[in-house]
Amino acid sequence: MYAFIAKRLLVAVPTLLIISIFVFSLQKLLPGDPILAMAGEERDPQVLEYLREKYRLNDPVAYQYVAWLGSALQGDLGISLRTNQPVLHLIAQKLPPTIQLAVMSMVFAILVGVPMGILAATRKNTVFDYVASIVALSGLSIPNFWLGIMLILLVSVQLGWLPASGYESIFVDPVKSIKTMLMPSFVLGTGLAATLMRHTRSAMIGVLTSDYIRTARAKGLPERAVVLEHSFRNALLPIITLGALLFGELLAGAVLTEQIFTIPGFGKLIVDAVFNRDYAVVQGVVLCTAVGFILMNLIADILYVLLNPRMRAAL
Amino acid sequence: MTALDQTVPIAGAAQRSHSRAWRKFRANKGALAGLGIILFFALLAIAAPALPIVDPNATDWAAVRQPPSPAHWLGTDEIGRDLLSRMIWGTRASLMAGAFSVAIAVLAGVPFGLVAGYFGGWADMVISRITEAFLAMPFLITAIALAAFLGPSLTNAMIAIGFSAMPIFVRLTRGQVLAVKTEDYVEGARAIGLRHSRILLRYILPNVFAPILVQATLTVATAIIAEASLSFLGLGQQPPAPSWGAMLNVAKNFMSQAPWMAWWPGAAIFLVVMGFNLLGDGLRDALDPRES
Repeated sequence: MYAFIAKRLLVAVPTLLIISIFVFSLQKLLPGDPILAMAGEERDPQVLEYLREKYRLNDPVAYQYVAWLGSALQGDLGISLRTNQPVLHLIAQKLPPTIQLAVMSMVFAILVGVPMGILAATRKNTVFDYVASIVALSGLSIPNFWLGIMLILLVSVQLGWLPASGYESIFVDPVKSIKTMLMPSFVLGTGLAATLMRHTRSAMIGVLTSDYIRTARAKGLPERAVVLEHSFRNALLPIITLGALLFGELLAGAVLTEQIFTIPGFGKLIVDAVFNRDYAVVQGVVLCTAVGFILMNLIADILYVLLNPRMRAAL
Repeated sequence: MTALDQTVPIAGAAQRSHSRAWRKFRANKGALAGLGIILFFALLAIAAPALPIVDPNATDWAAVRQPPSPAHWLGTDEIGRDLLSRMIWGTRASLMAGAFSVAIAVLAGVPFGLVAGYFGGWADMVISRITEAFLAMPFLITAIALAAFLGPSLTNAMIAIGFSAMPIFVRLTRGQVLAVKTEDYVEGARAIGLRHSRILLRYILPNVFAPILVQATLTVATAIIAEASLSFLGLGQQPPAPSWGAMLNVAKNFMSQAPWMAWWPGAAIFLVVMGFNLLGDGLRDALDPRES
């Protein structure tokens, strides 16, 4: 098992190196002289030269990259131009609201998507299956920022049930925190629930038609045991892999959800950084997202092996 | 039997498979509904200049934030612009963004996938590692970062979305090529000394085309939402040019005073995306031989 994890970590190294090259190259896409963009109104040649030296822009590009990567590996992702704080510190500060939003959205998606998928598969080609499939397709097609706006209109403006925006730490006031996060997690979780439902349905249909399920039924096992104990356990494997892939979708969706509900999280950080031309923050967020995504994939791979006896035996 | 003789039954089989796919597609009501929705919006986008509607940028300070009425069927926005006209012109931005982004992703991604799958070795290793790296970055975050560095505009948004969607096509094409390249007809083409480029274009590409078409249709849906998201964030279509995402961005500031400003653009994005998702699902069912 340790050898497997080590091998997977080794495979992640070139992927991370390529991502780092892309993230570093982003600043080279900036039109014009980045120092002029950075300096704002300042046009004193001495100041501009000082900045060029400070950011190593007079060095060859390859040297600039190696220096940048070396700093990044030590946790130095640069300094935010707007707040003058280290980028990594800013990201760490903004993570808790996003983690809470992501966890609540995932819980909602699992609670809705998985049972709906199981029921749709066991009732294949019935009215329930058709309705569930249409609901899932609608969940995939609805832009979450529009869903958010519509919910604010209905639930906050018209009915006054939940707050339209804001964030409260779960450690300070858990009830208020969950109340403020209910609508955002529903908005972010809808698309995920739809994806989970479709995958669970398709994985369950595949399993339910297999020979060992026919045998289980022939032995006279109750349908509940056939579906939940025999079928769902096997259908769970592709769903776990999907869960890791959905992590990326969660982070991307959080960008818009946090913007609509004014949640001071990771997603809002990148949008604010884009508009403040705080490019070091944009680069830092992209890099951290990719690292997080790779880690989630690694965890999914390990879980996949742990849950699959055939894979375990092969190790 | 010569190679020429063999082409007759192969052509016949291909024709039978196409007509079977077409029959299955026609029988799928969801796919037809999806196609109908797309055609409706495509016609609106094409006919926009010829339709008897007011200039989408014409302001009317006497009709600011008017609810839907016979004079303004969908109402007006915060500076008195007709929402119906802006919705119709906005269709152009959305469909164009969807089509061009996917065209960029397909035209750049498929050749890399063909080369990686067909030649294998170093080419495959390098292309696959780069593809994996880009797949490790969430689609919208890559698009936001690219659009931010390239500068906000519809063209740059399309480039950013197309580039972010490209790795999906590289991986898909590579996988399909790996499955096809060991087929007898490819071996045969190689045995008679055909050039690699000819084998790739004449024998492999047509046989990996179906899943690429399905993926392209589904990616148009993703690209339309991505463009709307970028425009919503202010990184896509720039004002005063109409775009559904940008209209929603403005509408969110007038939610209690003029909720209709938010109704229409979101409903339109939902419908078009639903149309492409239905069509994509229908094409997958029709073109997948396992579904027969």
